[in-house]
Amino acid sequence: MTLATGTELATAANEHLANISNTLIYSAMAVYTLAFFAYIAEWLFGSRSKVARTAAALTTKAEKTKSAPAVTVKTAGGTAVLERPKVVVRSSAGSRDVPDGPGAHGGDEQGDLYGRIAISLTVLAFLVHLCGVIARAASVERAPWGNMYEFNITFSTVAVGVYLTLLALKKNVRWLGLFLVTTVLLDLGIAVTVLYTASDQLVPALHSYWLYIHVSTAILCGAVFYVGAAGTLLYLFKDSYETKLENGGTPGRFATSFLERMPASSSLDKFAYRLNAAVFPLWTFTIIAGAIWAESAWGRYWGWDPKETWAFITWVAYACYLHARATAGWKGRKAAYLALIAFGCWLFNYYGVNIFVSGKHSYAGV
Amino acid sequence: MSKTTTAATPPERADEPDLGAAGSQLSTAPREEPPNLPAMGVIGWARWFWRQLTSMRVALLLLLLLSLGAIPGSLIPQSGTDETKVADFRKAHTVLAPVYDRLGLFHVYSSVWFSAIYILLFVSLVGCIIPRTWQFVGQLRGRPPGAPKRLTRLPAYTTWRTDARPEQVREAALAQLRKRRFRAHLAGDAVAAEKGYLREVGNLAFHIALIVLLISFGWGQLFKSEGNKLVVEGDGFSNTATQYDDFKSGNLFTIDDLVPFSFTLDKFTGTYEASGPNKGTPRLYQAAIDYSVGAYGKDQKDLVKVNGPLSIGDAKVYLTAHGYAPVITVRDGKGKVVYHDAVPLLPLDSNVTSTGVIKVLDGYADAKGVSEQLGIKAFLLPTYTPGNETASTFPALKNPVLNLEPYHGDLGVNSGIPQSVYQLDKSHVKGFKDAKGAQLRANLKPGQTMKLPNGAGSVTYDGTKQWANFQIVQQPGTDWALGGALVAIFGLAGSLFIQRRRVWVRAVKGADGVTVVEMAGLGRSESAKVPEELGDLAQILYDKAPGAPESDDAPDDSSDQDDTTPDPHVVPAEGAEK
Repeated sequence: MTLATGTELATAANEHLANISNTLIYSAMAVYTLAFFAYIAEWLFGSRSKVARTAAALTTKAEKTKSAPAVTVKTAGGTAVLERPKVVVRSSAGSRDVPDGPGAHGGDEQGDLYGRIAISLTVLAFLVHLCGVIARAASVERAPWGNMYEFNITFSTVAVGVYLTLLALKKNVRWLGLFLVTTVLLDLGIAVTVLYTASDQLVPALHSYWLYIHVSTAILCGAVFYVGAAGTLLYLFKDSYETKLENGGTPGRFATSFLERMPASSSLDKFAYRLNAAVFPLWTFTIIAGAIWAESAWGRYWGWDPKETWAFITWVAYACYLHARATAGWKGRKAAYLALIAFGCWLFNYYGVNIFVSGKHSYAGV
Repeated sequence: MSKTTTAATPPERADEPDLGAAGSQLSTAPREEPPNLPAMGVIGWARWFWRQLTSMRVALLLLLLLSLGAIPGSLIPQSGTDETKVADFRKAHTVLAPVYDRLGLFHVYSSVWFSAIYILLFVSLVGCIIPRTWQFVGQLRGRPPGAPKRLTRLPAYTTWRTDARPEQVREAALAQLRKRRFRAHLAGDAVAAEKGYLREVGNLAFHIALIVLLISFGWGQLFKSEGNKLVVEGDGFSNTATQYDDFKSGNLFTIDDLVPFSFTLDKFTGTYEASGPNKGTPRLYQAAIDYSVGAYGKDQKDLVKVNGPLSIGDAKVYLTAHGYAPVITVRDGKGKVVYHDAVPLLPLDSNVTSTGVIKVLDGYADAKGVSEQLGIKAFLLPTYTPGNETASTFPALKNPVLNLEPYHGDLGVNSGIPQSVYQLDKSHVKGFKDAKGAQLRANLKPGQTMKLPNGAGSVTYDGTKQWANFQIVQQPGTDWALGGALVAIFGLAGSLFIQRRRVWVRAVKGADGVTVVEMAGLGRSESAKVPEELGDLAQILYDKAPGAPESDDAPDDSSDQDDTTPDPHVVPAEGAEK
């Protein structure tokens, strides 16, 4: 029968594509590893510089806040010169006026070079990784989000994509590189060893365009939440470092070398908040899209399935974080802890619910 | 309860004494008050309680409690979703189960304590939304507050000297700000403007939408009905409670609420991956049905698919399961047909190996003419491959083989104890024996007949039909819930992405007769956008009121300007307009 032969040929091609995908994922891991070493080199060379900007800023802080902000009067020399009037920015009272650190390279030229090499390698690894995901999608002829292996490899691609996008937008995120690449390697390692599933088809319940909408936004939200959580974590370290300095303490040498190079705690806090706040409406949308799909697939839009419940818990936890930032007595560190708990909920929803709890979101083994 | 989801720091801003009224009412967020003990008396306590409940701090705690309270329901089996798992849990944990029962942990989401949390949360929300809405309406009816005395104190500030007259500058500023859709007006020697009211609109819309969502969900639960019905190809169903295999409904649902319709299952189609590593994986399930609404409705044809339910009025018909139903004919000793029906079998695995029982309850008599009941265990392999005797190798009907194992006697269906249609109670039946005295078994292909020993009749496997299981759900309020959800998303986006900010432009005559322009911006939260926008505005205004030549003593002390009262009658520097 010609039809059967055609299908068999297609199957052979699919297996070939799946193998190509696996090779690409392993290659991406190799390049990420090279990037990892380059980031390490950046950090090591950066530790040579000994600029204690934070300390300097915090010790001179007292005089700074007392003096009135300089009033800049821009007067153009002649009428022909149309110069833009200069805007003086003044931070609100009570916040520390600490400059951002220079980054992992600590102003060291060689360190900066290695940092740039590391970013180039990350871009290369990202492209290989992305091709791996696309090959996987081509081999299964659908979106590559049918099981945990596929979800994992897509998730880490998107996380690196978010990082590179922020870099391209000239946001101050270069400090994240080493942390990100390390966790991406861990994520891919788990994917290829524990979670690997041979490419297969979806059950009819997953044959819906909502798969593309619901799962893709879930992955994007996770990736942004992840970058936000990394910022929050670093904020907590940097904040306690600054507090210690402010109170006249002397932090350890490692902490000084590491945190001196990082952005100021207020910048990190703002960075994490912006990411979380920007993606929170999208997370709301993800849950609602899931509910609409559930309504057409399972006959109810909300049924307290474990995955639904944990998506709800994650949503409420992030809502708590956003509210806490506007509540007296909860700002700063307490709100940051809430953000980390909220990301923990997201992680549990992704790994924990799939592995430990059985529910309607269990497909294809795990 | 304040739901301002921002990094905003209104109290901090308000702490800055110089801003005064200018920094107030940039939002409707309530001021945080320390929890003071109230004056004695019932009203005092009630007021204190209300104030606590609607405070941000308590609302935040309730939100935290809500997320904590939702956790046990995801880890402990819930009677609402899986009754059998709950039963298993009760058997396995005899000590823990009664404790769980008392705490309502088998139905967390309808338990008293969970309901208490979300009802308190929503009361708190309502108690916050209403006053904030009024406050916001007041802000919309009022005008942006006038410029503070010292604009230099504001987070974004710029100034220059120009030869244009102050009123010209103010007019230009007013026009420019209005063009940029600021609400602007002239207050004294300065223009006051404000923008971004949609932030508050979004915030209020989001929280009202949440209330709508909750009410619709609750309404839906109260009036909901949900039932299952297994239908064999060719058979029909009409939507009355007695026809269902199982039926659940909300507390306020009445049988009259059921949408009157009926349908017949014409054909069920299932297609499967024919080869490759995923051989047997289902690709498509669909049921073609013929339905009519009401007693005399017109017949309509439609398809029900896995992700595509059929809506009939308020009811939705879902396709939830499928299987095979062999058509069986049983004849008694005299050759009379005593049974002819399709018997639905229960699928056991992904290749639809199926099992069940053919129960002939009356009409059958054995060779001697004694009335008896027959129970025939049936085991169907839709695709039989030699060597694989106990399981099907493909889910479709490629090479069906039906294994039959007949028994006779009393099936116990009249004993009053409910029994499964898929299981045979063997306590009062005897097996038919083959020639060797062993239990009689036969593998039949469609069209084949098994003779019962000693002229006791025969069983014929005529062919195979498919059955489909339909879930029929009626849940009012779904459209409201969807509407609420969509408004919530847009409201949320508005309240998070729109920045509410104020801009002031002051133009006065300096001590040396040259106009001094001062511009300042204030956002609800510290943002890089405020100075950026101020810079843009300043650029445009600067083009209209270009900088004057440098004076000998630049006015570096802002208090100088504050003391200068603008005097429009002073001879303007006409030449400055070049």
